Amino acid sequence: MKFKKLASLTLVGGLFAGSAPAMADDLTLCWAAWDPANALVELSKDFESQSGHSMSFEFIPWPNFADRMLNELNSGGKLCDLLIGDSQWIGGGAESEHYVKLNDFFDKEGISMDDFAEATVYAYSTWPKGTPNYYALPAMGDANGWFYRKDWFAKPELQEAFKAEYGRDLAEPKTQRELLDLAKFFQGKEIDGNKVYGAAIFTERGSEGITMGATGALYTWGFKYENTPGKYDMEGAVNSPEAVEALEFYKELYKCCTPPGYTDSYMGESLDAFKSGQVAMAMNWFAFFPGLYADPDTGGDKIDFFVNPPQNQAGSTLGGQGISVISYSEKQEAALEYIKWFAQPDIQAQWWSLGGYSAHNSVLNDPGFVDSQPFAGDFLEAMNDVQDFWQEPAYAELLVSMQKRLHDYIVADKGTAKEALDLLIEDWTEVFEDEGKL
Amino acid sequence: MSFNPVEQAAKQTPPAIARRVRGLSDKAIAWLFVGPTIFLLLAINIFPLIWTIYLSFTNFKANRPNREIKYVGLRNYERILNDADVWLSMQATAHFLIWTIVLQVIIGFALAWLINRKFKGNDMWTTIIVLPMMLSPAVVGNFWTFFYQPQIGIFNYVIGFLTGKDPSSFEMLGSVDLAPWSIVIVDTWMWTPFVMLICLAGLRSIPDYIYEAAEVDRASRWRQFWTITVPMVLPFLMLAVLFRGIENFKMFDLVVQLTGGGPGSTTELASINLKREAFEKWRTGYSSAFAIILFVTVFGLASIYVKALNKVKER
Repeated sequence: MKFKKLASLTLVGGLFAGSAPAMADDLTLCWAAWDPANALVELSKDFESQSGHSMSFEFIPWPNFADRMLNELNSGGKLCDLLIGDSQWIGGGAESEHYVKLNDFFDKEGISMDDFAEATVYAYSTWPKGTPNYYALPAMGDANGWFYRKDWFAKPELQEAFKAEYGRDLAEPKTQRELLDLAKFFQGKEIDGNKVYGAAIFTERGSEGITMGATGALYTWGFKYENTPGKYDMEGAVNSPEAVEALEFYKELYKCCTPPGYTDSYMGESLDAFKSGQVAMAMNWFAFFPGLYADPDTGGDKIDFFVNPPQNQAGSTLGGQGISVISYSEKQEAALEYIKWFAQPDIQAQWWSLGGYSAHNSVLNDPGFVDSQPFAGDFLEAMNDVQDFWQEPAYAELLVSMQKRLHDYIVADKGTAKEALDLLIEDWTEVFEDEGKL
Repeated sequence: MSFNPVEQAAKQTPPAIARRVRGLSDKAIAWLFVGPTIFLLLAINIFPLIWTIYLSFTNFKANRPNREIKYVGLRNYERILNDADVWLSMQATAHFLIWTIVLQVIIGFALAWLINRKFKGNDMWTTIIVLPMMLSPAVVGNFWTFFYQPQIGIFNYVIGFLTGKDPSSFEMLGSVDLAPWSIVIVDTWMWTPFVMLICLAGLRSIPDYIYEAAEVDRASRWRQFWTITVPMVLPFLMLAVLFRGIENFKMFDLVVQLTGGGPGSTTELASINLKREAFEKWRTGYSSAFAIILFVTVFGLASIYVKALNKVKER
């Protein structure tokens, strides 16, 4: 009798379970704490209302983002169901199986990677690089660009002085050398009663700052990580005469034209220097440009933007991230639902309008895109020529070595550019030998 | 009849337990008490140490748990001892260690000597002087970065005021020459009060009658200082040096907050280098070997020092 009761209860329960809607989950999305993250919170409200799931967010300040998140992944943590992780993590995320492979899901849901900008798919989604194995959906296109005080550039007395000194108009630089001229011109000038400086550039030692800044120069001189892609043959590529020249250039820019005490500066310091009216030009990620343009004191008519100027060739340091589902998450189904929702063209259009940088072709190829924001055209141009740091599983080791060698040379005046790059090759060779790739 | 709580408790103990406890020897009871502590000690200190020694002979990486762990013999130790950067970080550590200890001992002893004199407001000054050591190193590091800021920092302003130099013409944290001194200054500012307190305890432990006897013998103040004060405070001073030496050998938080090891690697102390290897590069095997080398160094030096300290105490 008891068995019969139990069996009938189980049957009824089973029937109810079968007909009930999928259970609502509370998803946690992890990302860096910056302006686009706030835009994503706003955007995600639509997902919450559509799906019934609720969203929580874990935003980590940039200087600690990599440490915090990589520790989380390496320990198999379940804090994040979704992670918008840096492009360089894709190799480690895929090989250590932190990220869920998304190919089957994309096929099932009809999500095509052809709908996203090729450079972003290559950089944010694929591992091994360029193969059709996807571990993330391009979420936030980004590159390192420049912004400047348009109102200072427009001052007749400065225009006159610049023309007299350099024989050309005071305008956005066409090359890296012109950028240096501009920085030198503004360094120490008195404008509106304040002493101002040439440029705010990245010199930070602790995470990735100086590497992200200096590669902006290196790529435009033609720097390559390897002679033959995939062979790890770095001699002659990493320390090529062009790379040496580019590194010397970046050091000159740092020495001549940055504000005092600018020895350990990254995104925050660059924004502060510009917003406080200290510098004529500053480098930073495009992600910050909407906020800069909206700034009541230094935005609007006072600011304009330009893509990282070419030298021997065009080149910009890649930023940006893809969104991945964490393999340790117990809510993978709901997390995939979020990705499906996020990949929709209308959501991507909203993402751009809120301040996020969509990588969806329907947004980027829209005829109105270039004029939609004053920096939109520069963003498109930059994304055509982006280059990224190593995306190897051992990327953290490779990055720490580059940070050290560059900071030693640029900020601490240790050795020559050639010596710094030679030592970098030694460090990287050791890493690849340990990895069994050399 | 008087109330005896032990007897009372013994009567209330259930017979089964009483029988069991009665059967234990003193040694067994002693083990019963110290056993949990020894277990915790083994689990928290000894096991990790042995595990670290084991890892130091492998190529293990904590961020690549699926990778095959290979025995590499002494390769990690060889790499560390032949690595010029490691020796540079040891030099930076030695510079920091020696100068902080020298300055803290001199200033700490001088302050203790002054505070030991009876004067109005003595207690208030003692409280003010010990304030820095009550602050968190992270907080101290953070606000000293502002003090050292070339454009708005009070430190640069004061130096500029005193020397007539432009305050923004020099960078304490960004200069290769000045950065090692900037961290010495902050650590000295923060921890001199600690040395002062220990010296003060030493000074106050000297009985007055010794000085009175010296006065009777017409010993000068200078002679009293060198033959009474210094020898009697010396064990305390040496203890302070031991504490500060061990602390500063593994100094991390304050320096990370101030310079992050920079500019370049100028202030990259051994502990910062170790942290980078272990938790940024994730070279767990290599960093385990590095940790063992540092441990042996500190342990060896501390042992020699403690022997010297005991000899001084025995005098």
